[in-house]
Formats: sequence, structure tokens, C-alpha cells
Amino acid sequence: MADIQIPEIKERIEIPNIKTGATADYKCYPASEAHMTKLGFPSKLVDNWKEKLIEKMAELLKKYRSLQVYLDICVKCGSCTDKCHYYLGTADPNNMPVARQELMRKIYRKYFTPTGKLLGKLVNAEELTEDTLKEWYTYFHQCSQCRRCSVFCPYGIDTAEISMAARELMDAIGMGQKYSNEIIAKVEETGNNLGIPGPALRSTLDFLEEDVKDTTGVDVKFPMDVVGAEVLLIAPSADFFSTPHVESLVGYAKVFHQAGISWTVSSYASEFANFGIFIGNYSHMQKIASRIREQALALKVKRIVVGECGHAWRVGYSFWNTLIGPFDFLDPKYPAPQHICELSYDLINRGALKLDKSANDEFTVTFHDSCNVARASRMGKKPGGQFEIPRALIKATCNKFVDMAEHTIKERTFCCGGGGGLLTDELMELRVKGAMPRVQALKEVIDSHNVNFLALICAICKAQFSKVLPYYKMPMEMVGGVHQLISKAIVLGAKE
Amino acid sequence: MGAALRVAGEALFFSSLFKGNKWTWIGGYAFHAAFLVVILRHLRYFLNPIPEPIALIQPLGIYAGLVLPATAAYLFIRRLIVDRTRYISSIVEDYVLLLLIISIALSGLLLKFVTRPDLINIKAYMLSLMLFRPTTIPLDPIFLIHLSLVLILLIYFPYSKLMHAGGIFFSPTRNQADNPREKRLIAPWAEIKEKQ
Ligand code: SF4
Ligand code: SF4
Repeated sequence: MADIQIPEIKERIEIPNIKTGATADYKCYPASEAHMTKLGFPSKLVDNWKEKLIEKMAELLKKYRSLQVYLDICVKCGSCTDKCHYYLGTADPNNMPVARQELMRKIYRKYFTPTGKLLGKLVNAEELTEDTLKEWYTYFHQCSQCRRCSVFCPYGIDTAEISMAARELMDAIGMGQKYSNEIIAKVEETGNNLGIPGPALRSTLDFLEEDVKDTTGVDVKFPMDVVGAEVLLIAPSADFFSTPHVESLVGYAKVFHQAGISWTVSSYASEFANFGIFIGNYSHMQKIASRIREQALALKVKRIVVGECGHAWRVGYSFWNTLIGPFDFLDPKYPAPQHICELSYDLINRGALKLDKSANDEFTVTFHDSCNVARASRMGKKPGGQFEIPRALIKATCNKFVDMAEHTIKERTFCCGGGGGLLTDELMELRVKGAMPRVQALKEVIDSHNVNFLALICAICKAQFSKVLPYYKMPMEMVGGVHQLISKAIVLGAKE
Repeated sequence: MGAALRVAGEALFFSSLFKGNKWTWIGGYAFHAAFLVVILRHLRYFLNPIPEPIALIQPLGIYAGLVLPATAAYLFIRRLIVDRTRYISSIVEDYVLLLLIISIALSGLLLKFVTRPDLINIKAYMLSLMLFRPTTIPLDPIFLIHLSLVLILLIYFPYSKLMHAGGIFFSPTRNQADNPREKRLIAPWAEIKEKQ
């Protein structure tokens, strides 16, 4: 903890003056040759990397019209320059979204546009060199793909999309990142990011069953691999093995129990997270997701419900239908996939769950909108449901709820600082500094309303805040899930 | 429907820029509005007879002609003094382009308020240009400067960031409907991949 310079939390979020090179030496570890090979990428930097990269870039420009459009239409208006939490926290100019895009755009101009070929530096076009590559590796791994910048861009330019493409390009020439690629290799092999085998999963579930029985006296089941269950639950694997994540899993189980919905997890597809999106790779996204379709068919379920996880909800909501659909074998009465928050919300609205708000009286709760839920997906039928539904759930489970400042929530929410494949220890300094804007807003409500519970619906947010809040002298125990609150408030037992 | 409204909001009101930066929005919005009115005003040199709406906006066009260089200068200075925008600006694409537009506007204002060349003659020339049968060019120096600068702008236009004009209509974050669970979208290349 000692060697990280912790940003001072001020009265409001200040826009720093640029400090060139401030984060130039924050580097994430490169992927091992073994993992690169497993994922079908060159094991190390290929000799003709320049040609390869340009060739691959031409391919991506053709494939993704978004990439081409985003590289073309920026007008350098500057609207995005002070919107990235990493810029606000580090002042490195390359963390201004437009400057991050420029790292790719200057190469794009040089090799793909007439003015760039002709006028070179005058129009910010540059030759691809080893230095560019280093910059790419550094700064495209300092983007959490949170899309906050795109909200404020008059052209809707999505820097996340550009950093995904950049990572795809780097993988293609043998320059992968350890954290994401190792996890992708693991999930493709074992069915979850942690590499946990089925028997270990079962014993964890057994333990949870006993634990809930001990504390509540009720037999809440945690079924696994049950053929013919109504619901297949796909949760981020952290929900099985990490704190505070597991408390939300207990919440899901209690909701299913109380609503009388039969459900099961799968030991073969025990992961909702899909890091394929972080490296911009369609094939790996598809491969990771395909286990879920296979299991939904094999277990003959009628619905797929997913747990609390931000980027995975983006993949599930926005891309599953494309990647592993159509879901014509599921019950058309329910959206596929359905978010656990949508499910609980419907049950509460129908009066199917009884909640005792006073069970959470020790808490004053605030809610952090996770980027990928807030800006890359939706819940429910109406626009903005992703903001309303989790808040409605929280308000149904506790008496004291307060929102953080308006410019830091909903579509303008600040990233936790650990998304997009950056939740790795070697980037701790970046993660701490990138969390500054969110922590600032949080501190405001702690000071004004004594907030002592930060409710989340994302496995990465939960892990990141648990780790980072202590740097700011805030207790990690204040971090928890929305279904953790439901778990405490839900009244189990016979219905009236 | 939602998506169409979203794009319209961006194109007509610069709604995201409004969220992002009020100072740039004020300058940028006034600049673009003035530019539009000035162009409309100039249609009278190209159309015969002059359509009524174009005739009506002529006085407004003069104000726009004053607002245009003022807002362009404002944007230029803002770009230069805010360290973040200075960092991202390029010489040709940003500064030169703005200077070009300022020069066009100023030479235009000179024509209107100072030298007052023979407009009948100029209009006759413009109409002849449009028919690709140019008559002799009017030899007013300010007019010649004004016209050449405009031509430079027009030639550079398709290669420059000015092409952003239509970009918003192609931006996927703005023009796509939010319906992925209801509708299976699959790119042509992904479809090919799937069949393999
Ligand atoms: S997507 Fe998020 S992390 Fe990336 S540049 Fe934009 S604001 Fe920053
Ligand atoms: S807000 Fe959009 S158009 Fe403006 S500088 Fe940033 S990326 Fe470019």
C-alpha cells in the first residue's frame, strides 16, 4: 500500500492539468506463450508484425463498420477529454479518451487515408513503430471499456470499441495480456474463470445449504446439474467462491426457493463472465458462451437466468442471441436471458416475495451503477430499466437509500476502476487512481448521510471496491450485492 | 423510433455535446447555426429567381455573417488555451481549417460592408459557372480572394474532418435500436462463419 500515491479526495472532482507520461510505466504482464498458443494466437511477437498488424487492421475495418466510422468522424471537440476516470485520476493525457483513440487513429490515417499518406504529421498521421506498439500496449490496457466517454461525444464515438479492436490487433501479432488471456484459456477448458472442477463446486453448494439451514432453519437448496429444472442459473463464478459475492448467490437461492421456482446451476457451464469481450474477440466470446447453450439444452430448462455481473450482462443481453441464439427452445414468456434483478423485481411486483425492510436497518445504502449495465444494456421493458429496477429492489429491502450525485450515476456513472480486464494486481496503482471519481462521490454521501453500504450488481465492481476502498480509508465491509440485501430482508417460510 | 429521435437530437441540438461541455456547446452550436444560415443566404447568388424563404432570411444572414467569424475565433482560442484540447489538436485539421473559415467569413464581410462590388455581375458569373459555361470572371480582388478560399475549402472538404457532417447518422451507439433480446442480429461475416 505504501508505494501507491493515493489521490486526495477533494470537495468535488477536479479536472487536472495534463501530466505527460504520468502512467507510461504502468504495465500489465504479458501473456505466457502457453496461453497465447492455447487461444490460437502467435506465442510471441511475430517477426513481420508491422505487415501483420496493418493487414489485420484492414480486416477489422471491413468487419466492424463501427471501427471505421469512429476512426473517421472525431472532430476533436474535446467534450470527452475530462470524462474518463483514468484521466481524472492520473492526469496522463493519453488517458483522455480522444487521445487514446488517437493512438490508433494516427496509424489509421497513415495507412488508410489519402490525407494521412500525403500530409503525415501535419494531420497527425504516423508511421507504425515499436514505440507505437509500446504505447498501444500500455494505454489500451488503461481503458476499462466503460463507455462513459461515448455518452458525452457528439458523435457517440465509443473508445471501448477501439480499445477492444486494439487488443484484438495486438493478440493477432503475439502481444497478449496475461490476465485476460489466462482466464479465457481457463474458462474454455474448465467452464469457469477460476478453474474449479464440478466436485469442488458441489461441496461449496453443500456448505451453503448447511449454512442457510443453520442461520434460518429453512431447507434452501442449491441444486447442481439437475435435468428438467425450470431455470438454469448462470452466475459469475466469483459468486461461488468470493466474498461478498457469495452473499448474493444466497440471495438468488432464497428468491427461487420462496417463489417456488425449480432451478439449477451447471458444473459444465459455471461461468457467466466472458472475458472474450475484453480482448475484442468474437470467436472466443462465442466459444465461452456456447457452453451455456449446450447446458440449457442438455438440462432441458425453460429459462436462463443470470447473476450479478456487469460486462457479462452486456454479453448476455446484447450478444448472446447473436452468439448462441436463437433461444427458440426456451419459454417465450420470459426474456432470454433474464437478469436475476428482473426476475426478483417481477416477483416483488406480483407480491410473491415478502420482504422485511427492518432487517437492513443497520444500513444506509447507496447504489453504484455498473458501466456495462448502465451504458451497454438494459433491464425490463422500458428504457432506463437498468437504473430503476436495481434501485426499486434496494428500496424494497431497506428503509434508508440515498443516491450519489446525479453526474456520477445512471448513464453518467463512473467506472469502479477495475473493469475491462484490468482487475489485476500489477495495475493496482491505476485501479486505485481510477477509482477516485467514484470514491469522491461516495465520500459525499458518507459525509452527508452516513452511507455504510455500497450496493452493486457486478462481480468485478465487488472485487475492485473491496480491494480499493481501504486505500481511501473506507471499510471493505461496506461493499455488497443487491441480492445480499434481498437475502437479509426476505421472509422465508409458508406464504400467507 | 427511439433511435431516430436519438439521432435527430444529436443532429439538431448536439445533445451529447450539451451534456459534455456547455462552453463548447454554446460556441459550437452558434457556429454551426450561423454557418448554415450564411450558406442559405448565399443561395441567392445561385438561384434565379430567388425563392421566397431565401429572400426572407437575407437580413438574418447578415447577423449570421457576424456571428460566424466571432464563434470561429472563440473556438480557435478555446482550443488553444485549454491544455487538453491543445494536446489533441492538429495543425491542419483544426487550426488551419478554422483560420480558413474565419478568412472566408471576414472577406465576405468586407464584400458586404466595405468594397461592395457589382453584385449583378457576380451573380451572372455564378450562374454561368453552374452551367459550366463561365463568362469572364469579375475582377474585384476581395471577391477573388473570397471565392478562392471557398474553393480551397470545398476541395479539402471531402478529405477533412469536415466530413463529420454526416457521420452522426452512421454512428452505431446512436442509430441502433435497443432490441437485441427480441431480434437476432447477425453480421454477414458471422453468418458465413456459422455455416462453416
Ligand atoms: S471507455 Fe471508459 S476507460 Fe475507456 S477511455 Fe472511455 S471513459 Fe476511459
Ligand atoms: S467527444 Fe467525440 S468528437 Fe469530441 S473529441 Fe472526444 S471522441 Fe472526438
